[in-house]
Amino acid sequence: MENTITAQDIIRDGELVFKKTACLTDNVLSYCPGCGHGVAHRILMEVIDEMGIQSQTIGVSPVGCSVLAYDFMNIDMQGAAHGRAPAVATGIKRVFPNKFVFTYQGDGDLAAIGTAETIHACNRGENIVIIFINNGIYGMTGGQMAPTTLPNMKSSTTPYGRDVKMMGHPIKMTEIVATLPGTCFVTRQAVHTPAAVNRSKKAIRKAFENQKLNKGLSFIEIVSNCNSGWKMTPVKSNKWMEENMFPYYPLGDIKDL
Amino acid sequence: MAKIKGTILVDIDKCKGCELCVVACPSNVIKLASDVNGKGYHFAYMEIPDACTGCVNCALVCPDSVITVHRLRPKSVQTV
Ligand code: SF4
Ligand code: SF4
Repeated sequence: MENTITAQDIIRDGELVFKKTACLTDNVLSYCPGCGHGVAHRILMEVIDEMGIQSQTIGVSPVGCSVLAYDFMNIDMQGAAHGRAPAVATGIKRVFPNKFVFTYQGDGDLAAIGTAETIHACNRGENIVIIFINNGIYGMTGGQMAPTTLPNMKSSTTPYGRDVKMMGHPIKMTEIVATLPGTCFVTRQAVHTPAAVNRSKKAIRKAFENQKLNKGLSFIEIVSNCNSGWKMTPVKSNKWMEENMFPYYPLGDIKDL
Repeated sequence: MAKIKGTILVDIDKCKGCELCVVACPSNVIKLASDVNGKGYHFAYMEIPDACTGCVNCALVCPDSVITVHRLRPKSVQTV
């Protein structure tokens, strides 16, 4: 009997339990196969969908692989010069204090050229959300070393691995901003397994609820993969991330006021 | 024993063959096809459709959001 149930039966008689959110556009993502950006985009837009704030949310897109985020997120968005998204978001939020404002930035954008803007927006306690995707590399420009590249990690500009004596240590932006009084919620998450996706989504929801309550700046790092830059398959890159990125960038809440 | 049955629909044209859904599925339902889609990717399909429970794990990790999941609870487990 059971074996006679067909997919058509399940679709007709069952319930729809997962469908792409309408807060994402129909455009095909420009990201490489298996890139964590796609999941990060989706859970961010699912939160906005579930909170019913699609028409009240303004995002600021970065420079880097996710420069085209405004093509994929079906909300109002503003592009910012490289690294300046937190400054642009500050302006938007001050003009429209009742809107929900977030930035979406990679590590090359947020932790290199945008270090000053990031730290000062956090220090001022701007009432915005910063989503920080850390894949330890400059993805879009060809896999160069980023401030977040791990010690001894190979990149196109560190073919023998990052030498920390010469190039310094990978910077932990999330720990740094957690020390600033303006941040209310600082966490590091991932999106490579179903459980991690659920935890990241909960963190994003909390960040937007914080913004509703004017609690200050919520900062969410998502440790992610760059399988093209790391020169691995998507499945291998996620495994490599677990084994190498997580020990240096441990997951979990760092600050929750 | 009646069990919960699920099924997935993959938007084949937009699938990038990344294989993340394949490893995320606890019931080993999904495989990549030997055929390719218009972009040249080996797209995901249900190799063992009967084993799907509609748990949505595959859809949660799909970066391109191309998986839709339906679930059917047999009458005996349906709650009122
Ligand atoms: S819904 Fe669950 S059981 Fe079905 S294919 Fe997806 S991961 Fe596998
Ligand atoms: S996770 Fe999505 S894009 Fe990747 S193979 Fe599966 S269905 Fe295709």
